[in-house]
Amino acid sequence: MGLEEKLPSGVLTTTVATMLNIARKNSLWPAQFGLACCAIEMMAVGGPRFDIARFGMERFSATPRQADLMIVAGRVSQKMAPVLRQIYDQMPEPKWVLAMGVCSSSGGMFNNYAIVQGVDHVVPVDMYLPGCPPRPEMLLDAILKLHDKIKAAPINGKVEWTTLDESPYEKPIVRDTRISKGLPVDQPLVFPAPLPGERPA
Amino acid sequence: MFGASGFGDTSGFGGLAVRPQQLESTPKPYGEWFDEATGALEETLPNFGDVIERVVVHRGELTLFVKREAIADLCQLLRDDPRLRFEHFSGVSGVDYPNDPTGRRLHAVYHLLSMTNRRRLRLEVSVSDADPHVPSVTGVYPGANWHERETYDFFGIVFDGHPGLTRIEMPDDWPGHPQRKDYPLGGVPVEYKGATIPPPDERRSYA
Repeated sequence: MGLEEKLPSGVLTTTVATMLNIARKNSLWPAQFGLACCAIEMMAVGGPRFDIARFGMERFSATPRQADLMIVAGRVSQKMAPVLRQIYDQMPEPKWVLAMGVCSSSGGMFNNYAIVQGVDHVVPVDMYLPGCPPRPEMLLDAILKLHDKIKAAPINGKVEWTTLDESPYEKPIVRDTRISKGLPVDQPLVFPAPLPGERPA
Repeated sequence: MFGASGFGDTSGFGGLAVRPQQLESTPKPYGEWFDEATGALEETLPNFGDVIERVVVHRGELTLFVKREAIADLCQLLRDDPRLRFEHFSGVSGVDYPNDPTGRRLHAVYHLLSMTNRRRLRLEVSVSDADPHVPSVTGVYPGANWHERETYDFFGIVFDGHPGLTRIEMPDDWPGHPQRKDYPLGGVPVEYKGATIPPPDERRSYA
């Protein structure tokens, strides 16, 4: 804008909130909470093929005091739930929770008395990742979507996107080809295009 | 050889047909090594007829139904006798027969292995829910410690003389004993793709 034109090259202006959020998301240390089979996929993500170190997350801290992101990987039994809550309480702010796999998102295939039906009964969850187990690429995709949420957060809060439609980062790239096709351009572009007979949103 | 038979219900709640218990001893001779082992036990045990309620040989496996007061001494004998030598304790678990005719519905099943003779033996002790006490065998087989805790946790069989009988898999203050037949599964209905699917024990047959 006006100020940036006058500054020499190599100087970037931004907001404090953006700086903080970029710093937070680029070095998100996971608290290792691998409980069951999903932990194997989490270990695979830490390996060289699906490298998580490129996102700054290779240090899976065993101590929650130095962790930012708790990846709940695996089924949480009734006996483990207070332990999970205690580890979550021991993490300092700002902290996020990623429920990895169907067992931590919703109880998974274990619909019975012994497994907590969804870890959001115990801790507040920021990202749900289905899969049994989710592939390492799926875990990386969930982490990147969580990065988007972190980047868009205000300075001392969190965004409350419940669906991805509200995220500004998941909008598809749409090119308006109506002019080249000779279609009328007086109406705004609607994407996805409504089916014939359907009322446009 | 391939393909599902019936309606493919794998939840286990589709009306499992349970074979009723065999309530009489198998007639002698038992076959294989069973006669030799029970003969050796008869010689060393003075009150064999009192202690062993019945001897069942089924599908090549020997099961001795034992009175609960004698289980610890019997295990000591089985472990130490040079002809028997059942040194390895494979585990103790529980079975709940709600329609047991004698009223003693909780069974504790012990599995012993003799590595020197390559034999397996099963001992079964039945107790009622009103008086579920069984002497512990941890003095004879220390490896029975956690197995007895698990049997207590899931069936409610109290092992007298156990060094620390607490719940091992459920939380310490959990009410009830989950693996009994009258304990509910505790599932919740799940909504998926517009339909609500009940937990597996409440589903109807889809055949």
